[in-house]
Amino acid sequence: MAEDGVNRGRRRFLVAATTMVGAAGAAAVAVPFLSAWKPSAEARAAGAPVKADISKLEPGQRMVVEWRGRPVWILDRSAEMIRRTEALGEDRLADAASSNPQQPDYVSGPLRSIRPEIGVFVGICTHLGCSPVFRPEPSAEGVGVDDWPGGFFCPCHGSRFDLAGRVFRNVPAPLNLEVPPYHFESDSVIVVGLGEGEEVG
Amino acid sequence: MERSDKPKAERGLMRWVDDRFPATQMLREHLTQYYAPRNFNFWYFFGSLALLVLVNQILTGVWLTMTYTPTAEEAFASVETIMRDVEWGWLIRYLHTTGASAFFVVIYLHMFRGLLYGSYKAPRELVWVFGMALYLALMAEAFMGYLLPWGQMSYWGAQVITSLFSAIPAIGPGLAEWIRGDYLVTGITLNRFFALHVVALPIVILALVVLHIVALHEVGSNNPDGIDIKARRDADGKPLDGIPFHPYYTLKDLVGVAVFLFVFCVVVFYFPEGGGYFIEQPNFEPANPLQTPDHIAPVWYFTPFYAILRGVTFSLFGLEAKFLGVVAMGFAIAVLFVLPWLDRSPVRSMRYKGWMSRVMLGLFVVCFTTLGVLGVLPSTETRTVIAQICTLGYFAYFLLMPFYTRLEPTRPLPERVTD
Repeated sequence: MAEDGVNRGRRRFLVAATTMVGAAGAAAVAVPFLSAWKPSAEARAAGAPVKADISKLEPGQRMVVEWRGRPVWILDRSAEMIRRTEALGEDRLADAASSNPQQPDYVSGPLRSIRPEIGVFVGICTHLGCSPVFRPEPSAEGVGVDDWPGGFFCPCHGSRFDLAGRVFRNVPAPLNLEVPPYHFESDSVIVVGLGEGEEVG
Repeated sequence: MERSDKPKAERGLMRWVDDRFPATQMLREHLTQYYAPRNFNFWYFFGSLALLVLVNQILTGVWLTMTYTPTAEEAFASVETIMRDVEWGWLIRYLHTTGASAFFVVIYLHMFRGLLYGSYKAPRELVWVFGMALYLALMAEAFMGYLLPWGQMSYWGAQVITSLFSAIPAIGPGLAEWIRGDYLVTGITLNRFFALHVVALPIVILALVVLHIVALHEVGSNNPDGIDIKARRDADGKPLDGIPFHPYYTLKDLVGVAVFLFVFCVVVFYFPEGGGYFIEQPNFEPANPLQTPDHIAPVWYFTPFYAILRGVTFSLFGLEAKFLGVVAMGFAIAVLFVLPWLDRSPVRSMRYKGWMSRVMLGLFVVCFTTLGVLGVLPSTETRTVIAQICTLGYFAYFLLMPFYTRLEPTRPLPERVTD
């Protein structure tokens, strides 16, 4: 075909316009395909935050809720327990200042909690995934040490954690217990799996 | 009838086909009149062997999908069904698992050949780039395939590797969730990896193989001397140092195939687990999200990169060590793609390069192998230091290449290929 009389400017414009519309179309089509990879409604429901009523939890007691297939401990620490936990330092704990990212950033201090008395931890040993047992009293037996400040003892390989979930030195577990995201909906209701002001999804 | 100077058969069925499809033309271009240098040596077996292993993977893979069930509840049991109840199922599965490791053995040797004889240098840059894309696709294919048996190492390997993405600042956690389709690796991830492993990536790999070979046949094969055989031709225009791929190299490659299959079968029949390196011991236990195995190590062909990842134990520029490790690992693979533009030597083959190139290639091989060994072992302080030194060596080979290949004196090239 002869190229005479071809309006090059118009041809360039049409090519550019078609390309851009086509690219926009391709980008739009990509949305459902990419979104289909996100956790489905079913997966989101299974991993949804769980609420727990802590009004009946007495100081010194612990309750267990399940979140995303894992046990989560909610612990009400007495003043005496808080004192014993705060007295522990670098000499006995592997990561006393919680420098490893095992907790959300709004959880701080030696007690690794929002409220000093309420501690929330994923009850899975950071060594090999066993669930440690609750040994809150200094008189507890079979934890392998004499001056026990109270805490959690893993029966599988002998890892020890204090009442703030901090791992002791010279045990197999490398990291402190994980603190899940959580917040208080009211004085007596705690939401595990969602931080204050965060949204689901 | 249209005029065409395409080669066609004289008469008969082939002529009928040739009038409708360039069969004779393609046979000539790619086999009977594809002139390959006559001095190919041992290192030139591995391209055709890679093709053989690919065929093995596709054939056995299709058969495995006939019994395998990609759900968290049934995946492990369905693999056991293949192993125990399906007639010859154990053989088909072992051909597939051994084939995966054999693929990487063959590919690593094939890549080393490229480094040795400068097969990536102009005009073969695209052959190399397509080859690296193939290597990357193959790594993804192998990684996703390893999740499918849903054993402990399948599960925790996938958990660790998908967690790497969450180390990326800002978008990381969302990205990891997007890849898994859940908050941790679950049956959703398994089903997704199955689809990618058996449908999407094989198509990508086959397409890349076509691109790799078309690009190669466009520019012609390199050879151990790294000189251009097309520069000297006879009266008919055939390269003086070239011989037709078929029958000369098809027959030579058949010998390679026979030797390869002998070794391959010895592994399949007598050492199918490859001493715990082809199928790791924890993978004989079903996946358990609540129990991490003692020691998580990737399969051997990923360990050099895993060692680089773990070797980065320090923070820098306010970036976390974990993220920097991911960056270093990604960079270690990315740098391979630009190799053709890093080599500034006037010659291709190591035979005519200077001592610096030889030392650096030797250093590279030592570092890569050492990293591979370290990646299997649990890390200790000493091993981390060794991994860091080897990572430096690995990158030095590539990043210093523009300097040492230009500085060193090279030896004069021969007129014709040597025997």
